[in-house]
Amino acid sequence: MIKRAHRVGSELTVVGQPQRKIEGLAKSTGRAIYTDDLTLPGMLHGKILRSPHPHARIVSIDTTAAEALEGVHAVVTGRDMPITYGIIPWTPDEFPLCVDRVRYIGDGVAAVAAVDEDTAIRALAEIRVEYEELPPFLDPFDSLAADGSTPWIHQPKKEGRNGNITKHVHLEFGDVDGLMDGSDVVVEGEYHFEGTTHTPIEPHCAIGLFESGGGPGGKLTVWSATQVPHYLHRELARVLEIDPARVRVVQPLVGGAFGGKSEPFDLEFCVAKLSMKAGRPVKILYTREEVFYAHRGRHPFHMRYRTGCRADGRLRSVDARIVLDGGAYASFGLVTTYYSGQLLCAPYAMPAYRFDSTRVYTNKPACGPKRGHGSVQPRFAFEVQMDKLAERVGLDPIDMRRLNFIGEHTRTVNDLRVTSNGFLECLDAVERSSDWREKFRKMPFGQGIGVAGSTYISGTNYPIYPNDMPQSAVQMQIDRSGRVAVFSGASEIGQGCDSLVAYIACEELGVPLDHVRVLRGDTDFTPVDLGAYSSRVTFMLGNAAIDAARKLRKMVCEAVAADWEVKPSEVLLAGGRALWAPDTARQMTVREAFNLAEARFGTLGATGWYDTPKDVHGEYRGGTIGASPAYSFTAHVAEVEVDVETGFVDVKKIWIAHDCGRALNPVLVEGQMEGSAYMGFAEAIMEEHVFKDAEHGRGGLHNAPSLLDYRIPTSLDTPELESLIVESIDPEGPYGAKEAGEGPLHPSIPAIANAIYDAVGVRLDRLPFSPPAVWRALEAAASSGGARKPAAPGTVEVTAPRP
Amino acid sequence: MAHRAVTTSMPMPRATDVVRLRVNGDLYEVGVPAHYTLLEALRYELLLTGSKQGCDKGDCGACTVIIDGRATLSCLTPVHEAEERDVVTVEGLASADGPHPLQDEFDLKGAAQCGFCTPGILCSAAALLARTPDPSRDEIREALAGNLCRCTGYTKIFEAVEGAAARLRVE
Ligand code: FES
Ligand code: FES
Repeated sequence: MIKRAHRVGSELTVVGQPQRKIEGLAKSTGRAIYTDDLTLPGMLHGKILRSPHPHARIVSIDTTAAEALEGVHAVVTGRDMPITYGIIPWTPDEFPLCVDRVRYIGDGVAAVAAVDEDTAIRALAEIRVEYEELPPFLDPFDSLAADGSTPWIHQPKKEGRNGNITKHVHLEFGDVDGLMDGSDVVVEGEYHFEGTTHTPIEPHCAIGLFESGGGPGGKLTVWSATQVPHYLHRELARVLEIDPARVRVVQPLVGGAFGGKSEPFDLEFCVAKLSMKAGRPVKILYTREEVFYAHRGRHPFHMRYRTGCRADGRLRSVDARIVLDGGAYASFGLVTTYYSGQLLCAPYAMPAYRFDSTRVYTNKPACGPKRGHGSVQPRFAFEVQMDKLAERVGLDPIDMRRLNFIGEHTRTVNDLRVTSNGFLECLDAVERSSDWREKFRKMPFGQGIGVAGSTYISGTNYPIYPNDMPQSAVQMQIDRSGRVAVFSGASEIGQGCDSLVAYIACEELGVPLDHVRVLRGDTDFTPVDLGAYSSRVTFMLGNAAIDAARKLRKMVCEAVAADWEVKPSEVLLAGGRALWAPDTARQMTVREAFNLAEARFGTLGATGWYDTPKDVHGEYRGGTIGASPAYSFTAHVAEVEVDVETGFVDVKKIWIAHDCGRALNPVLVEGQMEGSAYMGFAEAIMEEHVFKDAEHGRGGLHNAPSLLDYRIPTSLDTPELESLIVESIDPEGPYGAKEAGEGPLHPSIPAIANAIYDAVGVRLDRLPFSPPAVWRALEAAASSGGARKPAAPGTVEVTAPRP
Repeated sequence: MAHRAVTTSMPMPRATDVVRLRVNGDLYEVGVPAHYTLLEALRYELLLTGSKQGCDKGDCGACTVIIDGRATLSCLTPVHEAEERDVVTVEGLASADGPHPLQDEFDLKGAAQCGFCTPGILCSAAALLARTPDPSRDEIREALAGNLCRCTGYTKIFEAVEGAAARLRVE
C-alpha cells in the first residue's frame, strides 16, 4: 500500500495531461460491447411478471398454463428463491421475486424464459396470480403515523415498533440549543426535495448461464450491467445457495448508472434461476418502464432546518429534522439516513449541529443512492438557509461562505478528518469567472445570479460488509513485447476508471498508452474492487494501481541499472524509454528494459492494493458513515432569467469550480463536472418522480414511466457549463487526486434557487422549480405586494434581532 | 404492465417476412418477424449492435441511424419501411482508412462517457454535417435535440462536433 505520492506535479509526464480513453474509439465506432449486445448460442429470453397492486398479499400463483405453452422453457416464482437479500447486510428485506407479499406496483412476482421475447410475453399473460389487496401507504407521513391497524409494509424487527420505519438516526454535536439561543440571527425553513431517478440511457440487462456437470454443483455465470460486480457475486452465491467459487460475474461496458445499478436486481437472480431450470442461457432486458420501477433513485426528503449565526455572519448552530420517503424496500436506506445528516459538516465550520432523520417505507418503488447519495437534498436546504442568513446579516453570500470556511487539515464538528481543502479557491474561481461583483443584486428584475458550495466524500472507510481485506486492487504484468496488462475489477460506467489504471501504468512504467491493455470486469480473473459508488474509485483504485506499478518499476529500474552499472534511483522510465537521469542521452527502449528485467527476475507481475486508513476518525467513529480518506469541495454560481409571465426559469450558465485534488486527466474531470452540474440542473428545474394518488388514477402507479414524460434535459435545455478545476493536491490521494464524479452535482440546485431569488425576490423551497411552481410563487408574491429585486447587501439596515 | 386481464388477445407473432436491407453499402436479405423494427433487424439479425436501444419507443435517440441522408429513429421504423433504402449505422461511418473525424473527435474531446448515446448522436451529427458543413452551436444543439445523453451535459459533444466540422472542411 502506498502512503504518499513521491513525485510532485512538475515531474509527471502523463498524469495531468489530456488523454484519450482506452475504450474511447470502441465507443465511437460502435464496437464497444454492452450486455444487451451479447447473444449466446441457444439463448432464451426472459420476462418478469409484475404486481399491479401497490400492496397486496399473494394468495396463489398458478403457472401451469404458462409452462404448457410451446416455446416456454422455464417459469420461476418467489418460492424458487426464498432467501432475502439486500445490499446492506443488516437490512435484507427483498426476495428476488415476491414470495407472499407485493409492496409496490411493479414488484416482480414470476418470471419466464422462452424461445423469444414474444413467447415470453404471451407466457406472462398465462400466469394466474390471485391477490388480496391491502391498504397501501403512499405518503411517508401516513407511514410514520401508522398504528398497526393495517399491515405494516415490513414486519417490525421488534414487537411494538413501527414496521414502516427503516431507520431513525438522531445525532447531536455541541450545544445546539444553547448556541441557537445565543445566535443573533436564526433562520428557519421547510424544504421539500422531490424524488428523482437516474435514467441511464442503457436499461438494465442481464444474461445467466448455468453449466451443470463436470463435477458437483455446476457453474453459474451472470453477465450484467451492474456497477457492483463483487456484491452481485456475493448475493447470487448466497441467495441461490451456490458456492461463490462456482459463481462468475462478468460486467460488459455499462451504459450509464449514476447509482441506479449499484445493487442486485430481480433480473439478475431470475436469469440465473431460469438458466438453472432451463439448462440454457437466458437474457432479460428491462423495458424502459421497468427501469422506472427498479428505481433506487433519489429519496424525496421533507426537511426542516433552523440555522443560527452571529451578527457578523459566523455560523453558530444547525438543527435539522428530515423525513425520507424510502419506497418499498431498504436498499441503501440505512446509509442514506446517515448521509442525510453527516455530510453537511463541511466546508463550513459549525460549532453545534443536530440532525434527526427518519427513513420510512412507502408502497412505491424503492429509493436508493443517486449521484451525491443522501447529501444532495440537505445541501439544497442548507445552502438556501445560508443565502437567507447572508441577507439577514447584510453579507455578500460568497463572503458569507468564505467567512465560515472550515479550513484544511482540520476536523468537522462530527469528527470527520478533513485533509486538503480547496474550497476558497473554488469560491474565488466562480466569483471571478462569473463577474459576480458586477451582477449580484445588480441585474435587472427577472435576471439573477446565485452561489452555493458543498463537499463530498472520496469513498469511505467502511466496506458494505465488514471485513479487513483491501477495498481495491489490481494486478499488473509486463512482458517482453513492451506491453503492460492490467487486470482490474473496477466498474467502468463511463467515468473512465479503466483508463485511469492505464494512465498510471504509463506514468510509472514509461510505456505509451496504446501499449497498455486493461482486462476488466470479470470476477474470474480480476482482483476484487468493491464497485463504482461513493466516489471511491479514483482514490482507491488509483492508489492500488500505483502500488502495483511501482513494484514493477522497481524491478525494471534495478535491471537497467545493473546493465548500465549505475544506481537504480538514477533510472527514469518515460516516453517509451528508460533514461539515465544524469545524462539522458544514455537510454534504451522500454521494451529492452522490460527484457532485461524479465531476464533478471523471471516473469514479471505484481499486485497492488489499497485500504483506507482506519484510524483517522476521533472518538465518534467517523460519523458512523465510515470517514472518508479525503473530501472534495465545490462551488457553483448559476445565472438565471425568470419569465415572470410563465414562471419558466431559463438557466443561462453554471460556473462549476471543483477541488478534485489533482486532475489525473483534465478532460475526464471536466466531463464529470459538466455531467454532474447538468444533472443537478435537471433536478432543479424539471425532474420529478411522481406517483398517482388514489384520486388521480391507480394509487401508487408511476405517473410517467417513460423518457418522454419523465423529462430529462435535451441539448436545447441544458445551460452553458463552464468547468474550473481546482487542485489542492491531497496528501493521500493518487498523485494527490480525490473525486470528481459526484461532488459537483450538489451546488447546482441551491445555486439556481438562490439565483431565482436574486432575479425576482421569491424563495422557492420546494423542488423542482417548474414553471407552474415558479408561477404560483410569483402569484403569491404579487398578492402580497409584488415580486421585486431584493436589496443589495449593505444597502439595508442589518436585521439582527431574532424572529 | 403485463397482467392477465390485458394480454390474451396478443397476436401470434410467428409470421416471418424476407426483407431486403441496404445497410452501410451492403445488401442483405433477412427473414424477420413481420412486426420487427429496423432496430431489431439491425441488432438481432445483422448483428450490427452499435445502434442502441434505450427506450424502444422513440424517446431517447440511442437508436438513431441515417436513412437516405436523414437521421431517423430505427426503433420507430418498421423494418419494411427501410427496404431498398440507404441505411447508414454507426458502424458505417468509419472507412478502411480509419475512424470518421466525428468518431475521432468524440474520443479526443471526451464526448463519450458511458458511450451508450454515442452511436445515435454520431449519426445525428453526421447527417447534420453532411448538409451543414459549418454549423453554429445552436444548429448543433438543434440537430441533437432528439438524442438524450445522461452523462456529459452535452458540452463536450458540442465541442467534438465543432472539431470534426473544422477537420472535415479542411479535408
Ligand atoms: S430506442 Fe429510444 S428512441 Fe429508439
Ligand atoms: S455518454 Fe452516457 S449517455 Fe451519453
